[in-house]
Amino acid sequence: MSAVTELVVGLGSCGIAAGARQVHEALLAELAARGLKVPVTSTGCIGACHREPLVEVRTAGGRFLYGDLDAGKARQLVEAHVVGGSPVQELLIPEDYPYLARQRKIVLANCGVIDPESLEDYLAAEGYQALRKVLTSLTPEQVIAEVQTSGLRGRGGAGFSTGLKWSLARSSRPGKRYLVCNADEGDPGAFMDRSLLESDPHAVLEGMAIAAYAIGADEAYMYVRAEYPLAIKRLEIAIQQAKQKKLLGTRIMGSDFSFEIHVKEGAGAFVCGEETALMSSIEGKRGMPTLRPPFPAERGLWGAPTNINNVETYGNVPYILRRGGAEYAKLGTAKSKGTKVFALAGKIKHGGMIEVPMGITLREVIFGVGGGIAGDKKFKAVQLGGPSGGCIPESLLEVQVDYDSLTATGAIMGSGGMVVMDESTCMVDVARYFLSFTQSESCGKCTFCRIGTKRMLETLERICGGQGRMSDIDLLQELALKVRLASLCGLGQTAPNPVLTTLRYFQEEYEEHIREKRCRAKQCRALIRYRVIPETCTGCLACAKACPTQAAVGERKKVHTIIQDKCIQCGLCFQACRFDAIEVLTGPEAAAVAPTDAGAAEGGAA
Amino acid sequence: MEHVADSFERLLEAWRGQKGNVIPLLQKTQKLRGFLSNEDMARIARVTGKSPAEIYGVATFYAQFRFQPPGRHTMKVCHGTACHVNGADSLDTTLKMELGIETGQTTADGEYSLEKVACLGCCSLAPVVMLDSEVHGRLTGDKLKKVLRKGKS
Repeated sequence: MSAVTELVVGLGSCGIAAGARQVHEALLAELAARGLKVPVTSTGCIGACHREPLVEVRTAGGRFLYGDLDAGKARQLVEAHVVGGSPVQELLIPEDYPYLARQRKIVLANCGVIDPESLEDYLAAEGYQALRKVLTSLTPEQVIAEVQTSGLRGRGGAGFSTGLKWSLARSSRPGKRYLVCNADEGDPGAFMDRSLLESDPHAVLEGMAIAAYAIGADEAYMYVRAEYPLAIKRLEIAIQQAKQKKLLGTRIMGSDFSFEIHVKEGAGAFVCGEETALMSSIEGKRGMPTLRPPFPAERGLWGAPTNINNVETYGNVPYILRRGGAEYAKLGTAKSKGTKVFALAGKIKHGGMIEVPMGITLREVIFGVGGGIAGDKKFKAVQLGGPSGGCIPESLLEVQVDYDSLTATGAIMGSGGMVVMDESTCMVDVARYFLSFTQSESCGKCTFCRIGTKRMLETLERICGGQGRMSDIDLLQELALKVRLASLCGLGQTAPNPVLTTLRYFQEEYEEHIREKRCRAKQCRALIRYRVIPETCTGCLACAKACPTQAAVGERKKVHTIIQDKCIQCGLCFQACRFDAIEVLTGPEAAAVAPTDAGAAEGGAA
Repeated sequence: MEHVADSFERLLEAWRGQKGNVIPLLQKTQKLRGFLSNEDMARIARVTGKSPAEIYGVATFYAQFRFQPPGRHTMKVCHGTACHVNGADSLDTTLKMELGIETGQTTADGEYSLEKVACLGCCSLAPVVMLDSEVHGRLTGDKLKKVLRKGKS
C-alpha cells in the first residue's frame, strides 16, 4: 500500500451545501490531532453531486474517491486509509462507477481535479499552452479556421457556428471591438456554467483570450449571475493571478496582444440571457432586447462590433487549439461536434454535472450515466432546455443528443439543463410552472409575450385548478402560435415550447384534468384530497405535528383524521407519515370526500 | 450612520464618469444600505447624469433590487425546475406558517425576509433554500423548521 500524498475536498457550491466544509475541517483536525503532515487541498465540482460531500485520496499508486461523507466518516477515513494504509471499501466510489465511467470529459477535464484557486495547478494541466501557441505561431485567421474545422457550435442553446460568429466579428468594420462572455445562466435547473466557473475559471479566461485575439478585441465583459457568489469570487481571483503572470493585461506573454476582462454582476433578469438584452444591461440600462439585425458583430456593446459566446463555448476553445480542430471534430455527429455538458437533476438516481459525447442517446444518459429514476418509480419525461425547451416522453428516449434531433422533438438542446420527471410529476403543472416563470420574466416590450403568456398562464391555472374547459386546449394552441410569431426575442419565441410539447406528448393528462378532475400525478392541489388509512395509522401524531392548519388531528395511539375543510392539500402530513398511512385521492374519489359548500360553512361555524 | 453616509459618498465618487456605472452603483448602494431609498437613487441620478425616473426604471426592472429595508436574515426559497418537482411549494407553505408572512414580506420583528429565487443552481440537492449566504439542501418541511430554529438561536 502506497502512502497517502494528498487529500482533496470538493468545494463547489453543491459540496459546500451538502456539508463539505465540515468534512474539510474534520480532516484537518483529525490529521493535526495525529500529528500527520498530509496536505489537504480543495477542488471544484467533482461532478457526482448526488454523492456529495466528496473527498479524493491521492497516493503514488492511484486515486480513491470517497462519497457521502460527514465529519465522522472523514475521521474514519483518516484512521483507516491515511494511517492504516487501506481504503475504506464501504465509503469508496469504485472506479467503474457507471456515472463516472460513461462520461467523456473535455470541458470538465480539470473540474474536480485541480484547485480552482491555484494558477500553478492549471498551468500543470497544460493551462495557457493553447494561448501561447496562438500568440507565437498563429494568425487570427488561422485561429478562426481551426475553430471552424472543429465544428464547435454555441453551447448557450441556439447552436450557431462559433467559427462563423468569430469571422463575422473579425470582418466587421475596423476600430474598437468587444468580447462578451454570457454567464447569466438563467434557466432554472441548469448549473453547468456555475460549476465550470467555480471549478476551472482559467480555462474560460484562456478561451476568451484566444477569441479576443481572433476577432481583434482588447476588452471583455463577463456577465455573471449575482446568485453565483462563489463563481464570481473565483473568477476575480483567477483574473488577478493571470494578470500577475502576464497571461492577461498588456502585452501578454511579451506579444503585441493586450486584453483585459471586467466581471459584471447581473441583477436578476432572465431576459438578460438574450444577447442584446445582456448588452443593454452591461451598458446600465433596462435589459430589454432590441431588433436584430444589426447583430452584435456589427453593432454590439456601446455600438462597437462585439462577439458574445457562452461560458461552455469558451471552455471548449483551449482544447481545440491545443489538439487541433480535426481532433475535436472526431467526437460527435456529422453536424454536432464534441461533447455537451448537462446538469442532470430532478427525479434521477445519480444527478450532477456530466459531460457526454454528442450523439449519445437520451436513454444512455438517463439510465446509463444517471442510473435511472430515484426510488425506482416509472420514468415519465425529461425536460431539456428549461423554459425555452420541452418535455420528451419515454417513446423518444432513443433520440440522439445533437442540436437537430432534439429540435425535431419540439424541445431544444438548450444550455444543458436536463430535469428528469417521473410518474409523480404532473405535466400540466410543469407547463404551468414554466409559463409562470416566462410570464413573470417577460420584459414587457412585445404585446404577445407580455399579455399572451399571461393569458396562457391563466388558462393553465384554470386547468390545474379544476375549472378547465375542453376549449382551453385549442385556446392554448392558438395563443402558443401567436406568442411565438409575434415576439422579438428568444424568450417570447420559445416560451410556448413547454406547453406545446406537453400537449403533443401528454394531452391525455390535460383532458383528465378537465373532464374527470383527475391529476394522475396527484400534484395539483385543487384536484386531490388527503385521507388517513385507518388500518395502517398507528396514532403517532407525526401528521398532526406537521400540519400547518390543524387539519390533521387525533389522539396518541388512536386513528387520526384529516378535517377536509381545514386541509390546504400541502402534503406535509404525507411527507411526515412514516407508516404510509395517508393516501392521496384524485378524480371522483377526491370529490367524494371533499367538503360540500354547506359542510364547509358548518365547519367554519363550529 | 456617519460612516455609512461617508462610504456612500466615496462610492459615488469612485464610479463617477465610468461607463456602465448605473447598475454597479445601485448594487453597491444596496449592499451598503440594505435597500434603495428614493434619496439615494436621486443622488445616483445626479452623479450619472440621468433622470431619477430613468434610475428608478432600471432599478425596478431587475429582481435584485429592494425598496424597503430587509430583515436581519433573508430566506430565499429556490423555485428552480428540480426544486419544483421535488416539493418547493411545500417548503413555501412551511415558511409561511412558521414565519406568518407571505413571499416578499418581512416579519414584524424585522428578523426574516422571505424571498423566492428562480434557481440557485444546486439542483442535485433539491429542494433547497438559501438562508443569508448559506445553502441548505435535501429539505423537507421538518428539516426546514430545524434550519429556522438554528438560525434563531
